[in-house]
Order: sequence, then C-alpha cells, then structure tokens
Amino acid sequence: MTGGETAGPGGGDAPVRVFLVDDHGLFRAGVRAELDRVDGVAVIGEAGSVDEAVAAIRHLRPDVVLLDVHMPDGGGAEVLRQIRPDLPGVVFLALSVSDAAEDVIAVIRAGARGYVTKTISGRDLADAVRRVHGGDAVFSPRLAGFVLDVFSDRPGAAPPGDPELDMLTPRERDVLRLLARGYAYKEIAGELFISVKTVETHVSSVLRKTQLSNRYELSRWASDRRLV
Amino acid sequence: MRRRSGRLVAGVAGGVADHLGVDVLWVRAAFVLLAAVNGAGVLAYGLLWIFVRQESAEVTRTIGRIERQQAVGLVALGIGVGLAAAALGNSFVGWIVGPLGVAAVGAAVVWREADESQRRRWAEGARSGVNGLTGTGRAALLRVLAGVLFVALGIGVFLVGNLDLGQLQFGLLAVLATLVGVAVLTVPWWVRLARDLGEERRNRIVEAERAEIAAHLHDSVLQTLALIQRQSDQPREVLRLARGQERELRHWLYGPTGYGRGSTKNPALDEGLAEALTNAAAEVEDAYALTVSPVLVGSDRPLDDDLRALVLATREAMVNAAKHAGVGEISVYVEIEPDEVNVFVRDRGVGFDPDAVPADRHGLSDSIRGRMERHGGTVRLRSAAGEGTEVQLSMRIAVETEREGAAS
Repeated sequence: MTGGETAGPGGGDAPVRVFLVDDHGLFRAGVRAELDRVDGVAVIGEAGSVDEAVAAIRHLRPDVVLLDVHMPDGGGAEVLRQIRPDLPGVVFLALSVSDAAEDVIAVIRAGARGYVTKTISGRDLADAVRRVHGGDAVFSPRLAGFVLDVFSDRPGAAPPGDPELDMLTPRERDVLRLLARGYAYKEIAGELFISVKTVETHVSSVLRKTQLSNRYELSRWASDRRLV
Repeated sequence: MRRRSGRLVAGVAGGVADHLGVDVLWVRAAFVLLAAVNGAGVLAYGLLWIFVRQESAEVTRTIGRIERQQAVGLVALGIGVGLAAAALGNSFVGWIVGPLGVAAVGAAVVWREADESQRRRWAEGARSGVNGLTGTGRAALLRVLAGVLFVALGIGVFLVGNLDLGQLQFGLLAVLATLVGVAVLTVPWWVRLARDLGEERRNRIVEAERAEIAAHLHDSVLQTLALIQRQSDQPREVLRLARGQERELRHWLYGPTGYGRGSTKNPALDEGLAEALTNAAAEVEDAYALTVSPVLVGSDRPLDDDLRALVLATREAMVNAAKHAGVGEISVYVEIEPDEVNVFVRDRGVGFDPDAVPADRHGLSDSIRGRMERHGGTVRLRSAAGEGTEVQLSMRIAVETEREGAAS
C-alpha cells in the first residue's frame, strides 16, 4: 500500500525512519545499536508500552515501526489496531521472540507487513526494514511454512468460500515453498526464471490473502496448532 | 462494592451511587419510590446487601448533618411508604407485611452486625475461619439478640395472626418458621463461607501454578545461566547452551504437551515424523553449536521403517552441512503430503562441485543416498562452489502404510 513512495529500497537518499516498540529496554538498546551501525536506517524513537507507542507514533510519523508482539496491555496487535485506521502510511514489521503460529498470524492479520524473529542479525533486520518500507512483505521461512499449511488443500479442509482470497495460485505456492526452504528473493527469482519484482508481487499477494481471507483454518489452525 | 464509611444502613445506596456516578441522594430517593411498589425497593435493597461485597479498603467519607437527616428521613419514608402501599392494597397483604416487616428490621440489625465483624476481621488481618458472626462487646451482642428477637417475633405474629390451624399443623409450621428465621439470620455467614471457600481454592490453584513455574525455571533456565557464567570464555559453548535452553523452554511453553497448551494432542503422534525430525535437528544443534530451524508443513504421521530411514538420512545431511559448510545456520524444510514426504536441507556455506568431491565427502553422500534408495526414496543434490548446498530427500509413502495410518 505504500508501494508508490519515492524512497524505495534502492533509492537511499533519506534514511528510513524507524520507531522501536518493545517493553524490554535492554532489547531496544540492542536493536538501536545494531541498526545505527547500518546505513540508510535511522532510529528516531522508541517506546516501552502500548500507550506510549501510540502517542509517539502519531507525533513522529515514522516510516517503519518495529513492533514487539508480546507486551502488556494488548501487545503489538493493540498498537496496530489503534494506529492503522488513522495512519495507513506507517508500515509495521513485527519482531518477536515467539514463533508460535497464533502470534504470527495474529499480528499479520492485524496489519503487519512482515514478521521476523528476534534472533535475526542486524544486517538482515535493516534489510527487512528497507524491504517493508519499499512496499514489500517480509516472510521468514517459518511464516512461509505457516501460510502454506493454512492454505493447503488437505483432505477434509473446508471448501474455499471466495477463491480469489481463499486459494493460492500455483505460482504463489512455489514462491512460498522456496521461501520456506530458506531462499532469498533473488535466489527464488533465479530458480523460477522470473524477476525479483515478480517474486515481490507474489509475496505481497500472499500477504494480502493471509490478512483478508476468511478461511476457517486461519483462525482454527492458529489457535490449536503451535509449533515449537 | 458497598460503601463502608458514610453509610446509614449497609452502604448499598452509596455503593450504587459510586457505581452509577450519581449523587447518593437520588439513589436513596429511588429506593423509596420503589418501596411504594409492593415493597420492591426494600427487597432490592436486601438482595444487594447480600450479594454485593463490602469494599475492603478504608476510605474516609464524612457525612454531613443535613445529609444524615435527609437520609434518616428517607429511610423512614421508605419503610412508611412500603407499609402504606401494602396496607392500602388490601388488609390481608397489610397483615403479612406488618409482622414480616418487623422480621426484616430484625434481620437488618443482625446483618449490619455481621458487616461490622467482617470489617474487624479485615482490620486485624486475621483469617480465623468463619466464626465471628457476632462481634465482641456487649453492645454488639445486645444488638444481635434484639435482631433475633425481632425476627422471631415477626414470624411468630405472622403465624398466629394469619392462620387458624390445628395443633399438628401449627407445630410443623412453627418448626418451619424457625428454620426460615435461622436461615434469614445466618445469610451473611453462608455468603461469607461460600466466598471464602472460592477464594481459598483460587489461591491454591494460583499457588500451585506459581510453584510449578518456579520449579521449572529453577531446573532449566537458572542452571543454564549458571553454566553460561562459568564458561563465558568459550563463546561456542555459550552459544550451544543458550540455544539448547531456548529450544527446551519453547518446547515447554508451546510444545505439543507444553505448558501453554490446555490439552495434549493425539498422543499417538507424539512419536510421529514431526517430532522425530525436530529431535534430530535439536541433536545436530547441540553437537555442532549452530542453529537448525526446521519448518514443517502438512499433517504429522506416525513413523514407519521408510520414514525412520528418511529421518536418519535427514540427520546425516544436517551433520554434513554442519561439518563442512562453515555456516552458523541450516534451513530445513519438511513437506508432508498424503503420498510423499519431501525434505530440503539447505545451507549457504562454501558449497562444492558435486562432480569433483573428495572421497570422504562422496562416501557420506552415498550413505545418505544408499539409505534412501534402499527404502525407495530419492536424493537430489545441488551445490556449487561458493553457493551453498541443498539436499532434497523424497520418500514415497507406501499405500499400505497409508491405510494403516488412516485406520489407527
């Protein structure tokens, strides 16, 4: 939805303005230090609670918000709920120590453009920030696996209600499968003989379906299956 | 919460006023008006008294002289209106309400005493069980006795005045009336007993939960942290310990039988393919101090000989990557389909030219390949110098296994 912005992933004149939301001060300090070492990304503020975050984001209007999933008072999903209707231009990247499917699906459905775990390296994190800022979605291999599982046509699965939203195209499935295998976008493009731009389009489309689909599995699956 | 201070009878009106955010005068007036409707206001007041807790914190409210006079007036007016309404309705109702009204006043006196004694209990902080319905001190005792007398008198007059019965029936009714009287008088006691029991059970559950978490954290996390401190000069060992502990904690929190789960899933699948592969990845992580992140897609299935071979081959592939690739992370992707299982083990390490491999490396690859082929599986190897390695293992699932899996 911010794909039309001028400061894409490549055009790095003005740095991407990043805001950190996490209730652990130590973790915020670590992320800030790591991102400060990378060019093209600038941390402009941080917050340790939902209320603080909502107020500061409204005031500062950052490009990208790095959002912790687990916080008191409703967590990352609550921040998304309060900010998204007023400021659709602010992009959210969820960052969490938890890999539980429930959490992943919850923040994605609430509007986050991507999900990475806290063990990600500073360089990869900066890369993910630039990518969501450029309008892309960021799928960790695990998230790709979740989504594949949710949209699979298992015997006994409920029939899709809206094929436009409830089914993945074979191409999207291929892209997700390679993501789950740990391939980068460039490697996927080479593997499938398509351009990186096309890969990005497929991933964004999968993200949209994950956010909007009413597939029964999305809610049921997320709550009764939590992989370690 | 009923008010404890600034109250006239039981603090019910004050509590309602606090809850609704209006002046207490209006609430009292409303109760009086309701009392005119067949005494509904009096009944509502009584029920609220029983079921709404007294506030436990001491809040000082001063009650002015004028307000007190107003309030007393309203209470009197309420009782009067209730009686008048009853009397105007018809004489029979009036007869019932009169003595029962006396009984109600008696009950009110006793309940108020019970409130007092509860407050004293809070003040002392004592949890001495459920005795202490009556307060200490002579005045309190007198008040309780007076209350009991009122109740007995009310019920007695009600019986004598209304019913013209034979000896036996009268005796039975007297017993019944006594029971009712005792039940009414001891309402605060019963309510408190039930609340205390509920609270105690909740406390016990919370306590047990806390103890379990504490025990677990002590056995696992604290031990690991102690080990890490002692070996802080060996980054590799620290990494291994931290990763192992993280995995263990995750399993405890989110795993199939984990803490965060209500009920266990199908126990037959506990030793299924997913579990076996996850365990294999964990072993490799522990042995080589790197991160193996398996991603599983599809529904789990029970292990058979073929799948066991697949797990072993996967483990071998992971070990190869750990030994030779020179990277800190291996991606493992497992796709379980109804008729086939595919495993991809990938690293972004040094890679090699599959056509010109050293003999030992070739041998290992053969052990994977040989194992897979004996069970009807296939191996695909992709690698180039500098571009990492990917091993794909596919195992078809035999039809009879399929049927067995469906039957079990």
